[in-house]
Amino acid sequence: MRSDLAISGFALAAALAFCGHAHAQDVTRQPGAVYDFDKKGEKPLPAPKHDLTGVWEPAAGPSAGVQANGAGAMPSDGKPEHDLPFTPLGRETFMAHKPTFGITQVPSALTNDPMPACNPQGFPRVVLHNFRTSRIIQTPENVVILYEFNKKWRVIWTDGRQLPKDPTEPTWGTPDPPESRWWGYSVGKWVDDYTFVAESNGFDDRTWLDNAGRPHSDALHVIEEYRRVDRDHLEMTITIDDPKMYTKPWVAVKLRLRLQAPSFDIREMECAPIETEEYNKEFADPAAGIDSK
Amino acid sequence: MKIDGVRLVFLALCALVFAAPLLAHHGNAAFDNDKRITMKGTVTEWLWANPHCFLQFEVKDDSGNVSRWVAEASNPPDMINHGWNKNMLKVGDRVTVTLIPVKNGKPIGRITAVVLPNGQTLDGGFGAPPARNAGNADSTAGTK
Repeated sequence: MRSDLAISGFALAAALAFCGHAHAQDVTRQPGAVYDFDKKGEKPLPAPKHDLTGVWEPAAGPSAGVQANGAGAMPSDGKPEHDLPFTPLGRETFMAHKPTFGITQVPSALTNDPMPACNPQGFPRVVLHNFRTSRIIQTPENVVILYEFNKKWRVIWTDGRQLPKDPTEPTWGTPDPPESRWWGYSVGKWVDDYTFVAESNGFDDRTWLDNAGRPHSDALHVIEEYRRVDRDHLEMTITIDDPKMYTKPWVAVKLRLRLQAPSFDIREMECAPIETEEYNKEFADPAAGIDSK
Repeated sequence: MKIDGVRLVFLALCALVFAAPLLAHHGNAAFDNDKRITMKGTVTEWLWANPHCFLQFEVKDDSGNVSRWVAEASNPPDMINHGWNKNMLKVGDRVTVTLIPVKNGKPIGRITAVVLPNGQTLDGGFGAPPARNAGNADSTAGTK
């Protein structure tokens, strides 16, 4: 019944060289498909000032935003240059996490990753794990980002308010009671005509930074920079600053984004427990050797 | 056991090359990642859902014994990008599936290629999506 494929070195080399070409020949674009990434020879128009609006996609294609092995600029791959500047508490916490990817990965049945059960991935994991098509909306008071991944959104306030002074007891001020948030508190401003910088704190520390189990504390401070390089491109840089977990700030991802057509309809990518339960019962649990039926 | 030609092998290799970075939800540890199995079967369920679509199908060996396989594909947005839609398979369809099996020997795997009843071959939705076809392009123009 079975027949394993014999994979020769020659065939593998051929596949490496020509896979993209074969794909382009094989598949017809469908409505809603994300294919509008960068092409050679393009000459985009100049960047508009103070404008992030639009639907954005990783310029190299959707897979460029998927960071399975942890934050794209610092993946958990064992390379010395990617070893994070952990504090003793940071390393201890990292080793206590059991991700399904990265150098400390375990089989999925043994993971303590909070996200697969549809708990909030929060910010910044939404961009350090699986940055997919996202819509940015600007209003006079704020910048709103709608993320395809797990269909989430967040607000970056631009009305002049300041970040909560105490990130461990965060509030926008009295009479609001302190409330740590999965998505934190965010404020932002234009530092020049084309560069918008946001800062966030006040996080719930039950989330992970990324898919490789990198930790954060309630002292997490995230800096986001969005630089509009031309009409069609935006460069996103995320920096992690958490003195309880890391001895110094580190750049977690730099991602070049491409503007999509205004009519682009972002598809649903929702973590639905009812679907996850069936997936686990029929596939994930038996694959991991668990009999859940 | 019939393998459906060079094209299927080629797509399977493409999926092998690009799969790992896209499997962002669920780890590779359970899979025998160097192994591929290709088989013909009959669809018993095609579930289009998050976190991953999955296909259930039955395979009959030369002695008439039937085994029931479950194979996962990627999530719906990725599947769309790779040319799929939820109506491409229905119960009773005959398909040829290439997959990465799990290590524990159960009839479970991760799809690298499927030959549909109409002869079209698609990958499992993992990895970089195909480039846009010429003459089928939407404007990439932004709002400004």
